[in-house]
Amino acid sequence: MNFVVVVFPGSNCDDDMVYVLREVLGQNVTKIFHKETQLPQNTDCVIVPGGFSYGDYLRSGAIARFSPVMPAIEAHAKRGGYVWGICNGFQILTEAGLLEGALLKNNSQKYICKNVFLTPQSTQAPLTKSLQKNTYKIPIAHGDGRYYADNDTLKRMEDNAQILFKYCDELGNITPEHNPNGSLLNIAGVCSANHRVFGMMPHPERASDNLGANTDGKDLFLSLLQNFS
Amino acid sequence: MTTIETAQKLGLLPEEFQKIEEILGRNPNFTELSAYSVMWSEHCSYKNSILHLKTLPKNAMPSPFSKDKKVGVLAEAGQENAGLVAISEDLACAFKIESHNHPSALEPYQGAATGVGGINRDIFTMGARPIAQMNTLRFGDLTQDRTKYLLKGVVKGIGDYGNAFGVPTVAGEVYFDDCYNVNPLVNAFSAGIVEIGKTASAIAFGVGNPVFIVGSATGKDGIQGASFASKDITKDSLNDLPAVQVGDPFQEKLLLEASLEIIEKDLIIGMQDMGAAGIICSTAEMSAKGEAGMIINLDKVPLRQKNMQAWEMLLSESQERMLVVAKQGREKEILDIFEKWDLHCVQIGEVTDTKRLLFYHKGELVADLPAESLVLGGGAPIYKREQKEPDYFQKLKNFDINAIPQPQENDFPKIAKFLFSNLNICSRKWIYEQYDSMVGTANLGINRPADAGVVLVKSPKGKATEKALVMAVDCNGKYVQANPEIGAMIAVCESARNVVCAGGEPLAITNNLNFGNPYNPEVYWQFANAVKGIKNACEALGTPVTGGNVSFYNQYTNEKGEKLPVFPTPTIGMLGLLEDLSFQTTLSFQQADDLIYLLGKNQNDISSSEYLYNYIGEKQSPVPYFDLKNEIAVQKIVFDLIRKKMIQSAHDLSDGGLFVALAESSFQYNLGFEVQKPANLKDIRKDAFYFGEAQSRIIVSVKPENKVHFEEFLKENNFEDFLQIGHVTTENFKCDNAIWINDQDAKKLFEETLENYL
Repeated sequence: MNFVVVVFPGSNCDDDMVYVLREVLGQNVTKIFHKETQLPQNTDCVIVPGGFSYGDYLRSGAIARFSPVMPAIEAHAKRGGYVWGICNGFQILTEAGLLEGALLKNNSQKYICKNVFLTPQSTQAPLTKSLQKNTYKIPIAHGDGRYYADNDTLKRMEDNAQILFKYCDELGNITPEHNPNGSLLNIAGVCSANHRVFGMMPHPERASDNLGANTDGKDLFLSLLQNFS
Repeated sequence: MTTIETAQKLGLLPEEFQKIEEILGRNPNFTELSAYSVMWSEHCSYKNSILHLKTLPKNAMPSPFSKDKKVGVLAEAGQENAGLVAISEDLACAFKIESHNHPSALEPYQGAATGVGGINRDIFTMGARPIAQMNTLRFGDLTQDRTKYLLKGVVKGIGDYGNAFGVPTVAGEVYFDDCYNVNPLVNAFSAGIVEIGKTASAIAFGVGNPVFIVGSATGKDGIQGASFASKDITKDSLNDLPAVQVGDPFQEKLLLEASLEIIEKDLIIGMQDMGAAGIICSTAEMSAKGEAGMIINLDKVPLRQKNMQAWEMLLSESQERMLVVAKQGREKEILDIFEKWDLHCVQIGEVTDTKRLLFYHKGELVADLPAESLVLGGGAPIYKREQKEPDYFQKLKNFDINAIPQPQENDFPKIAKFLFSNLNICSRKWIYEQYDSMVGTANLGINRPADAGVVLVKSPKGKATEKALVMAVDCNGKYVQANPEIGAMIAVCESARNVVCAGGEPLAITNNLNFGNPYNPEVYWQFANAVKGIKNACEALGTPVTGGNVSFYNQYTNEKGEKLPVFPTPTIGMLGLLEDLSFQTTLSFQQADDLIYLLGKNQNDISSSEYLYNYIGEKQSPVPYFDLKNEIAVQKIVFDLIRKKMIQSAHDLSDGGLFVALAESSFQYNLGFEVQKPANLKDIRKDAFYFGEAQSRIIVSVKPENKVHFEEFLKENNFEDFLQIGHVTTENFKCDNAIWINDQDAKKLFEETLENYL
């Protein structure tokens, strides 16, 4: 697949994403700066990486959505292209309206960085379709990760298999104690109605390299590659 | 016209004022006097410490670990903004530690945040991309509201700045003691990677080369911060609040990217970050180093406030700024790069060959100073201070372990519970989970915890190498208080021991010398002896000192007028190298039935242990047993065992002694242990065996099938101080057939104690 990783001022997981895609998975990757107004031809998947775009001043992702590159990403999504936002990227995609819901301050009021367990929910999204295990150990690192949407939206998303991941314990039990940030329904990631725009708070790119002794995150990339169409 | 009184108000001594008049051959104006006041402050000039610092080993020395191998020191202490050592034929590591104690005492959030910002600028101003951070913190009594406020503010400040800047925090240490109640310590360490030959230097030369100020606009924040850092904290210190700077990690991230781009494209002569003493310090140091001068037009400096005076502009410590000396003809390319990152980049002057700094403001020459006269190694004063051995030092020697009753069998559960819920022993999870420890996808310790941080080295082109940096920060201030020379040696050796246990080879250190007022002869005695200890330990370990920071005036005057210095706290940041990733070693036991060995000499010693100091409550005892030869021997054998792949885990004994170390090794996989105090240690008390902190001891676990091979290897290497004390089990912490505490209760106490205080 041809991946594009977008760099906003303040992005800091862009190189991590490039490393995993290029060095671990052997994919084609192009980094583009947010001042570009066009995506490279043949772009299959746009990655909006984590970090603190525009310092997260005002509100996470609120300024980045006005970056010059955003109309091109929106057009790509409208054409049915893949877009994947991680952490700050997820926040940007909700601010831009490419994904439903919003990400609020963690209920602990603190930034949290640690390994958590996720259980895949959607059998329809390419990102989760081929995930075989019940739980995946993938780290989070955010201050604003509490997923919120109104009840009707949540119900519609659940019915349409748009919930990608929920926070759980090591065995897959979805409990309040294992919800690290107060997200509604323990939601850790969601996708668009056509199952091609993904957003998640946990960082699969941080759990993809053998050297780090945890490759649970790599399975997400492999699922996407396998189900790419 | 300025007077001695003005000079004294600015923190200068009368004799220093006279010296300034001699240098200039006239009376300095207020702007000039202000410039000297910050440049000759302790913080910038090291005037009270440099004589001792110069005794520290700067260059490569023989290493006890690898024969015929010497550390390639590419930038020695004091040469650049940070030390630089080679880690391979084509890569080098820039690293340094720096304090932000006084700002953090007043405004913990901004104080700590700007400390993180400042140390990272020191790294990337050399062209190195920061890849790992550590920090060391000291706070007072955590039951006090103010201490909670300081801790929460400092942790949030470090987190918010480092997380947004995007460099992982991979290790650190925190201690609590009442001596830090008013004056906490906040030391921040950063390390970065650069290709050899592609570094930038903090130098100015070449007549006509343009001088740029880049990054944030200049405001009135942090004016005379360097002077503020060079006096005691008192109740009037709040009046100095404007001396605390305000940080913006977003600007710093942009500045990082833009700075590395102009270095990579070879557009500059030199670059220096503006930390302490802002424009005056960077212009003076760069010019002095290149034996050049500068003409600077202050009207060109982008300001964030109106009506700033010339002296305010020279002294402002507004953050996220750099001074760049460009190559003539490359101005447009530099401007374009800063334009891309939406940062200020303004030419404010040019390089001359007069060796003088000329500052113009509103058309007038407001300062005319010889650059050399302002800086360390140039005109800045150097003092030898008086030393006096404090009375307490001899009294500690009267301590007799026999005066401390041995615990009864039913005391051990109480002690065990106490230790896991002791603030100096319990997990720092509440703190480190607020730091991004994983950005960069290079922290190899997340799923394999070790005594030191282990960070994969990626080439600047983004490819993984076979190597990792291994790093630790250490200093037990209690030990240094008890004996400054030995305590400082222990700090160096513990940091090396941690690096070795994680699989690394110690390369070089950076130090952060936190002490009280240097004009107090007893404090100065502590300082001089601690430096001596660092020197001895570094020479034995073959680890040169490549830089660091001195922070004096860490003390407080109480209502009775007594001056109370903090424990002398010479924090050591050790950089090590794992030359082959397969040598990475965890502190965690791997599976039940593995044999547990204790390496190193055991002693009938409980001195200065957490057990004695905080459980028994005896505050007056000497430093724990320490012998430098034994230390090197135990480190060397563990270093070799790891390279022979004969051990499953390695963990050094520190706070809380053997019992705590065994528990820490058990926690990750919910394992247990069964150990016995060996019969041949009958002269060693049970409390000393399990809770004593005699130094230079390491526990390792060994697969049962490797037992013979392992023991033979030790004997072949003439290492006789080893004892098989037991084995790993699936559950329970069993010592001499007793279970003092349920393993799950221990883990819960260990993990939740800090949070429960807050």
